[in-house]
Amino acid sequence: MSDDTKRPTRLAMIASKGTLDWGYPPFILASTAAALDMEVCVFFTFYGLVLLKKKLKLKVSPQGNPAMPMKMPFGPKGLQNINWPIPNVISGNVPGFELMATSLMKKTFKKKGVATIENLRDSCLELGVKLVACQMTMDVFGFTKDDFIDGIEYGGAATFLEFAADANISLFI
Amino acid sequence: MDKPQELDCRGMNCPLPVLKTKKALTTMKTGELLRVTATDPGSVADMAAFSRRTGYALVESGQADGAFFYVFRVK
Repeated sequence: MSDDTKRPTRLAMIASKGTLDWGYPPFILASTAAALDMEVCVFFTFYGLVLLKKKLKLKVSPQGNPAMPMKMPFGPKGLQNINWPIPNVISGNVPGFELMATSLMKKTFKKKGVATIENLRDSCLELGVKLVACQMTMDVFGFTKDDFIDGIEYGGAATFLEFAADANISLFI
Repeated sequence: MDKPQELDCRGMNCPLPVLKTKKALTTMKTGELLRVTATDPGSVADMAAFSRRTGYALVESGQADGAFFYVFRVK
């Protein structure tokens, strides 16, 4: 523990998932924490690494995700409120179902005034959030620095743990 | 008292009102006021938390014209 009395509150996060739904929490929390004057580091590892790619192509899968509401993002209010239960046997076998679910989720987010992941990621960089790409996962998945946005750092477990050792909040997402 | 600077966050959802508010406050001078309007019901708790964490005083808040409003003073 450092003896810095004025050290800001620290948030350390690991982002390990690269789907449209799970891509949100790390960026929402990181940007908000930075806006609350916290010092933030997000370590992107395994599937979370794709969240740092220049061009995001995140998808959401209803399959194996039975809690996901399937609602129409447009049309009369009554219709929008209906939840259409889609059995896994359909969501997993109908071609294009995942694309449709992804498109529905994006439309709904936009309609409800939710920022895009790209926007939140930009806010994180603007607010000085430290975004660290896991070098080991990059090697395993065959990613290069060219695949990722500018302004990020590269490191491994020790890099994250050194920061997290003095963190007030640590989250694995 | 000078007229507060206005920030319209109506129609935006979490965490955008907080992010926009912070961004606006950092461009302003000490003592100046910022009046934020938002429709996100979550902003009621979030703006208060933002104020407590950052020290930007929430000098007034409430509801008007179908929206929530928050007046911050720049520290």
